[in-house]
Amino acid sequence: MSNKINNSMSLAKPDALDISTKQKVALAIGFIGLFIMALALLNTNFPNEGLFLTLSLGMISLGVIIYSREAYLTKLEGIKNDGVWFKSISSHGAWGYVLGVVLTTFYIVLYFFPQYLGLGKDGAENTGLVHLFDPLSKLLSGRPASQWFVYGTLYTIAILAFGYKFILKYRHNRYQQIRTGSVMFFQLGFAFLIPEFMYVMNNDLPYYDLKSVWPLNYYIFDEWSVNGFLSNGNIGLALIVFGILSTFIITPILTYKYGKRWYCSWVCGCGGLAETAGDSFRQLSSKKMSAWKLERWLIHTVLVFSVVMTVAMVYTYLGYDKNDFWLTRGLFISLVIGFLTLVFAGVMFFKSKELGKDAKYGAIGFFSVIALLLIMHFTGTTEHVFFIKGSALRSAYGLYIGSIFSGVIGTGFYPILGNRSWCRFGCPMAAILGFQQRLFSKFRITTNGGQCISCGNCSNSCEMGIDVRHYAQKGENIVRSSCVGCGICSAVCPRGVLKLENDSMDGRINPTEILLGNDVDLMDLVNKK
Amino acid sequence: MEEHIVIIGNGISGVTAARHIRKLSDKRITIVSAETEYFFSRTALMYIYMGHMKFEHTQPYENWFWEKNRIELKKGYVNNIDTTAKTLHFAEGDALNYDKLIIATGSKPNKFGWPGQDLEGVMGMYHKQDLENLEKHAPNNDVCKRAVIVGGGLIGIELAEMLNSRNIPVTFLVREDSFWNGVLPSGESQMINRHIKNHHIDLRLATNLKEIKADENGKVKSIIIEETGEEIECNVVGLTAGVTPNINFLKDSTIEVGRGVKVNPYLETNIKDIYAIGDCAEQHEGINGRRSIEAVWYTGRMMGETLAQTICGNKIQYNPGHWFNSAKFLDIEYQTYGWVYSERSCPDYEKHFHWKHEDDTKCITVAYHKTTKAFLGINTFGIRMRHETFDTWLTEKRDVDYVINHLPEANFDPEFYSHYEADILSTYNKQLQIA
Repeated sequence: MSNKINNSMSLAKPDALDISTKQKVALAIGFIGLFIMALALLNTNFPNEGLFLTLSLGMISLGVIIYSREAYLTKLEGIKNDGVWFKSISSHGAWGYVLGVVLTTFYIVLYFFPQYLGLGKDGAENTGLVHLFDPLSKLLSGRPASQWFVYGTLYTIAILAFGYKFILKYRHNRYQQIRTGSVMFFQLGFAFLIPEFMYVMNNDLPYYDLKSVWPLNYYIFDEWSVNGFLSNGNIGLALIVFGILSTFIITPILTYKYGKRWYCSWVCGCGGLAETAGDSFRQLSSKKMSAWKLERWLIHTVLVFSVVMTVAMVYTYLGYDKNDFWLTRGLFISLVIGFLTLVFAGVMFFKSKELGKDAKYGAIGFFSVIALLLIMHFTGTTEHVFFIKGSALRSAYGLYIGSIFSGVIGTGFYPILGNRSWCRFGCPMAAILGFQQRLFSKFRITTNGGQCISCGNCSNSCEMGIDVRHYAQKGENIVRSSCVGCGICSAVCPRGVLKLENDSMDGRINPTEILLGNDVDLMDLVNKK
Repeated sequence: MEEHIVIIGNGISGVTAARHIRKLSDKRITIVSAETEYFFSRTALMYIYMGHMKFEHTQPYENWFWEKNRIELKKGYVNNIDTTAKTLHFAEGDALNYDKLIIATGSKPNKFGWPGQDLEGVMGMYHKQDLENLEKHAPNNDVCKRAVIVGGGLIGIELAEMLNSRNIPVTFLVREDSFWNGVLPSGESQMINRHIKNHHIDLRLATNLKEIKADENGKVKSIIIEETGEEIECNVVGLTAGVTPNINFLKDSTIEVGRGVKVNPYLETNIKDIYAIGDCAEQHEGINGRRSIEAVWYTGRMMGETLAQTICGNKIQYNPGHWFNSAKFLDIEYQTYGWVYSERSCPDYEKHFHWKHEDDTKCITVAYHKTTKAFLGINTFGIRMRHETFDTWLTEKRDVDYVINHLPEANFDPEFYSHYEADILSTYNKQLQIA
């Protein structure tokens, strides 16, 4: 049967979809680049690290570039998904699992055992892989590399090289090209270079990736971070004010106008990696109803966790009276409760109809958070909130959500759960943006009348696991919290049924029973009932 | 006991009918199919062979959907229908009683009596079994050195694209002197000819199949071309010269059949409580100028939506709105709204405005009435258009000037795409001056 999965590990596959000689050469170049890093990891002493680092990163990029040019520029423009479900690596085959294990191992080492990468402990000189990156780090900021610098560099290279590949793959589609250019720009500039330059200008400032917004950037309101900003005069103050504005003013305005895509698939680094290096795995996300149910519980639980954790953190280092700082614990907790109540009341008042059954869960969630905050307030001491240390809550979040969920599972499991499992199941920022996108945004994916043929290309390529076809075949627009607006469903649709657009809020959600094209009287009769 | 509705065929027509009957009533519903256990999208078969999707991705509903909605599924092949006892008899030997019967058995590929048309390696591309057959005979270009496709329609070009995706050389025999020009105006048809050739497909226009030759094992070895007598060696022959209603099993029944199952505008057959919808239904006379048999996804769905009303007590006629359709020719998407006829079947009053982009992958043809200037329809290639906008304009009986001047409102291309409406308008104005 043709829906076979090729689990063969043989390089001489029985399929006709073999790669060309040029692509084999490209793969070899790329693997030599990786091999240099493997040698570094094994503490090989290179005579000139700068040269070998350049060689390594250069060869990896060159490999990807040659491979992609051969894959896409030799063919006419169009959708290039041939064989995606035949290739072992992109169809839950053996190679996919091998890659999953390699990536997962890398993340575990990166987060928990950086010494294996060669990170020098307590100011000792770096060795191994981290040492290989010292020349670049010194060039940019004058300090030796850390495991995070190594990771940041590789991450950026991945987004740039695979971003190039993606642009070639969709060279007939300007939305995809511009969007990919955007994630490449934000990764290289905002996540990688600017923080290094900021360090050169003022090395007391905490690391701050300007595009990383709380609650994704869960550490921005940590005591060390806030102190770091506040002790650095106007620049520091401006940065933390920007951080607060990002969350409460800038983000809601942009999401209202463009949907959460402005962030998730145009700016965000996690999204950037998913859309470029992760593109080959987008079809692996589960479209089952059960996965959607799990998603809603999980992502909102993480959101509640992140809100409570952050409030507890801030609460811990605030004082009881105004002598220390104008913001006291009592005032802070009142502000938080006031804000949450405002959001909750607003939604219930304006949108209760659209929420229906879910409103009940929303209400339960809301009141649990308020209850938690109040319990916290009345049981909290300087050291303990919720009877446990606030710092313990913070480390638990950092460990389980920040490291294991977003890193190890989120990226390590690309070949298993698809390229957006963190964005879909875990990211608290995505939860907030999605909540707003569903209720207060002009963005939707418009379904083109009755043209859908239920083929399933849209659902298959949805990295967020949305069953797009479910809506399209009913002639209904797609207005889902999780949609990151990558636009691939629209690109792969063979009948031109889907269009991402920002339009008025009226008629944005348009459930229909009888589709356009049938008897006008019947449509009136059934759809208006 | 609730009335028992039995539907033969689990394609889009039958399934749509079942879903809507369930929404409107508590009747017992059974869907019978010999092809597959669950409903899948036939139009997506090509993507399975191309590796874009797996078979389960072509199933629009998860498997629990049927039980949850109390739609019983029965796998079996109906041998004959006893219309007096209201009983279906299956090839497997069992039987099933019905109170009302809906025949929605779809189509089967045409075969025109070519010598060798039943050899191993000769196939249509319609049923899931056809796909399995293709996978067997054309898994790669070692096993299948060349394939020949006979019949230049929508399925033919999809089959060509499928084989092309596995680097299997394709010879494409088209009876007409330009691809699908019984339907498409010549400017469009010729653009598609060039696009097919750009994909390195060996397109043979005005070429007919004479016979298919077998090797010593009874498998396809080659084909002979009628006009030239040329012999082309191949391992697979795809027969894609249109489809015909799949109603052989009704031959001995009392149900009236022509090419399809004869139905009135209420989709009723000559026998009480038996209905037919979708590809296999044949109207006594085409409705609103349509063909009497419409083998299109959307019409099947609309008949299903309509018949569900009738079965649930709100008797209404099948009265579809403005015609629309779409397809994809390799990399070029095609949509049509209203009626645009090819030169071969164009009525006297119909005139065309044609615009083509210089990159040879985008064009539109607008049909209008010679004297009244009324807008009749549009074909669009490589530019997506909004169904709702054209449906409204057709209802409002806009004229061609209005449509050309308001084209930007109908654009449905993704954001940031180049727009061609200004160019189209200026071409239109220039042509008016010449004329």
